[in-house]
Amino acid sequence: MEAVAASYVKDTELRLGLPGSEAPEKPAMRGGKRALPEDDEAAFCKSSPEDASGLRSVGAAPVAKAQVVGWPPIRTYRKNNFQARKAETGADASGLFVKVSMDGAPYLRKIDLKLYQGYKELKEALDSMFKSFSQGESSRKEGCNGSEYAITYEDKDGDLMLVGDVPWEMFTSSCKRLRIMKASEARGLESKQ
Amino acid sequence: MARVEETGGDREENKEEETSWWSPEAVEGGRVGEGPSRGSRGGRGGDGGRPDTPPPPPYSDQVLENVLENVLQFLVCRRDRNAASLVCRSWYRAEAQTRRELSVGNCYAVSPARVVRRFRCARALVLKGRPRFADFNLFPLGWGARFSPWLAAMATAYPWLERVCLKRMTVSDSDLAFLARSFPSFRDLTLICCDGFGTAGLAVIAVLCRNLRILDLIENDVEDEEEEVIDWISRFPETTTSLESLSFECVNCPVNFSALEALVARSPSLRRLRVNQNVSLGQLRRLMARAPHLTHLGTGSFRPGIAEDLNVADLEQAFVSSKSLICLSGFREVAPEHLPAILPVCANLVSLNLSYAVITAEQLKPVILKCNNLRTFWVLDTVGDEGLLAVAKACKNLHELRVFPFEATEDSEGSVSDVGLVAISNGCRKLQSILFFCQRMTNSAVVAMSKNCQDLVVFRLCIMGRHRPDHITREPMDEGFGAIVMNCKKLTRLAVSGLLTDKVFKYIATHGKSIRTLSVAFAGDSDLSLKYVLEGCHSLQKLEIRDSPFGDVGLLSGIHHYYNMRFLWMSSCMLTLSGCKEVAQKMPNLVVEVIGDRPKDLDSDTVEKLYLYRSLEGPRDDVPLFVNIL
Repeated sequence: MEAVAASYVKDTELRLGLPGSEAPEKPAMRGGKRALPEDDEAAFCKSSPEDASGLRSVGAAPVAKAQVVGWPPIRTYRKNNFQARKAETGADASGLFVKVSMDGAPYLRKIDLKLYQGYKELKEALDSMFKSFSQGESSRKEGCNGSEYAITYEDKDGDLMLVGDVPWEMFTSSCKRLRIMKASEARGLESKQ
Repeated sequence: MARVEETGGDREENKEEETSWWSPEAVEGGRVGEGPSRGSRGGRGGDGGRPDTPPPPPYSDQVLENVLENVLQFLVCRRDRNAASLVCRSWYRAEAQTRRELSVGNCYAVSPARVVRRFRCARALVLKGRPRFADFNLFPLGWGARFSPWLAAMATAYPWLERVCLKRMTVSDSDLAFLARSFPSFRDLTLICCDGFGTAGLAVIAVLCRNLRILDLIENDVEDEEEEVIDWISRFPETTTSLESLSFECVNCPVNFSALEALVARSPSLRRLRVNQNVSLGQLRRLMARAPHLTHLGTGSFRPGIAEDLNVADLEQAFVSSKSLICLSGFREVAPEHLPAILPVCANLVSLNLSYAVITAEQLKPVILKCNNLRTFWVLDTVGDEGLLAVAKACKNLHELRVFPFEATEDSEGSVSDVGLVAISNGCRKLQSILFFCQRMTNSAVVAMSKNCQDLVVFRLCIMGRHRPDHITREPMDEGFGAIVMNCKKLTRLAVSGLLTDKVFKYIATHGKSIRTLSVAFAGDSDLSLKYVLEGCHSLQKLEIRDSPFGDVGLLSGIHHYYNMRFLWMSSCMLTLSGCKEVAQKMPNLVVEVIGDRPKDLDSDTVEKLYLYRSLEGPRDDVPLFVNIL
């Protein structure tokens, strides 16, 4: 529990290191699936003082390895086409596209998990993506829409998990799709093994 | 409102104001330099004070107008029509009565109501919404550009509407259903880079549009319905159809093949067929057998299905029989050993799109060496410089080349370089348009191209690693792009990349007098760059900039020119709210949108995304929460 909270804090802390680079220590994996401790839900909702704009370079020397949105200028349509094939050949996928659905919204969206350095950015992206669907006040509150919606994901084994549980890299490698559901429904996940 | 009077000295003044009510594009470079008068929108001469139709002219003039209408209906070109409409009120009216095709470059520049009021007899609409940078996830979802309001206006005004072409608009399934129900003569639907619809909408089109000739769905973001995918192909009527063109490569869901085959079999006029990647090679062969007169073919996966046992000879026979083929695309999952099957048609090919085919130079060569009449060629960089050399040797008539990256990341290896560019420039002297993605480039290669390919109209070079200099001299890429604008006198579209200083923008400003579209990313040192461009590029219509150190000073230097442009996009630059507000205040007919990814973005003084465009309508009424119109 401590280790998970620590890894989340690491995601949101201000660092001088290059974005995308991680300190080598990782929390011990205590089995693949765990119930989500109460603390983490609160931690996940916490609004953070820093924003992501510091990661983008404007005219300065390039930041190695950080993926910039929309660069190179290739349509997602085209990128998607190669993603599956690269996975087959074992070459580096240039994106990690997963489907995102939201209960109540008519259509699915796709996002590229590689664009985000951590849970906070992912959540922000999802916020803005589904902005037009979530009518409630909660969508305008900075950082926290935990009162209405919870973000869950389906992992490699098909299990539904709450997002924010595991270290970020573990999440991106095991997440197959995302689902934004009403918080009331998600509460049931906490009691799962 | 006395303006309605036809006679007298009012005429000159009225003419200016009237043209500003239609499309600012109608007024060629510089004429609206001062901008339409402030009152033209809401006050004197505004639509509110003007009746829908002016009183009929005297009888003799009516006869003249009728004659004029009969003559003007032969004018097809939009610019000619715009010019004709400026001659006098009579010509304006006659032209408005006879214009059949409406072309609106920015759906927010003018309202559907206004369009429908002026042009009474339109049969076709071409409508564009979001600007190009929206394709790269720079516009948040839900920003706008919905087709619905246009549809609503046209349903009553143009019951005989036949053709609609939309680009970067949001079109819902219910829009498509409404379209299908409202226009009995509807024939041609082309959707390019649109979103918002799925197979449900396509099904209604199939069922209800009995006169459908063209259904072209090109690179749309078709909604993924998962459980509710509808078999729209089987919804076409059982009778013979009038289909001439059917393109659905972007509708990435399984296809009911027997329905498709039957559809093709009962569509004797079908000449263009582009299927999605769920059609296997064996299935393709059957389709080709059903439609031997095809001119354009999108081949789907070009890979045998699981149970299919095809040899190249069988496949080749199918191509031998398709004697009319001039355009090939698809090859979504091509098994390279099957590619030579297309050899029989290569000599006739005018256009070949291999940009989804992961093939090497060795696999490309036997095919491309036969394509001597090729004018358009799209390819993946996996063919390398060696592949480009083969293209240069074989395709002497090449007009358009696009080289896409297999690995679209900044730090990928990159398989093509300055070597390939030079080879192309030496071999393809008639080149007019090039889009080239690479990781390594030199100034001398770009200079070579500028000298060898003087017919260049479009030059788009994307060095994917940001701020990369000439990889041999380590200098900025200023000189290369400078040579392009200096030597290619016909250039109208330019996209720059690599390490670039203010100098390149000085070159562009000095020599790029015909440039209409300019794309800038991660370039320049200071506001001077933007100032140069806005002051020097007199023909500039569309300027898209991202991640460059340009601020308010640069922005304000364009105030004299923004009314002549379709739009300006600036993201991740150094703009502030006060600078943008100043522009908004000084230019009342400009809509200045500040777009935020998160609601809190709109409160800060830094402007992350700016999108400004001229408009006759003022702020739009469908503004989402994350957009602030200043």
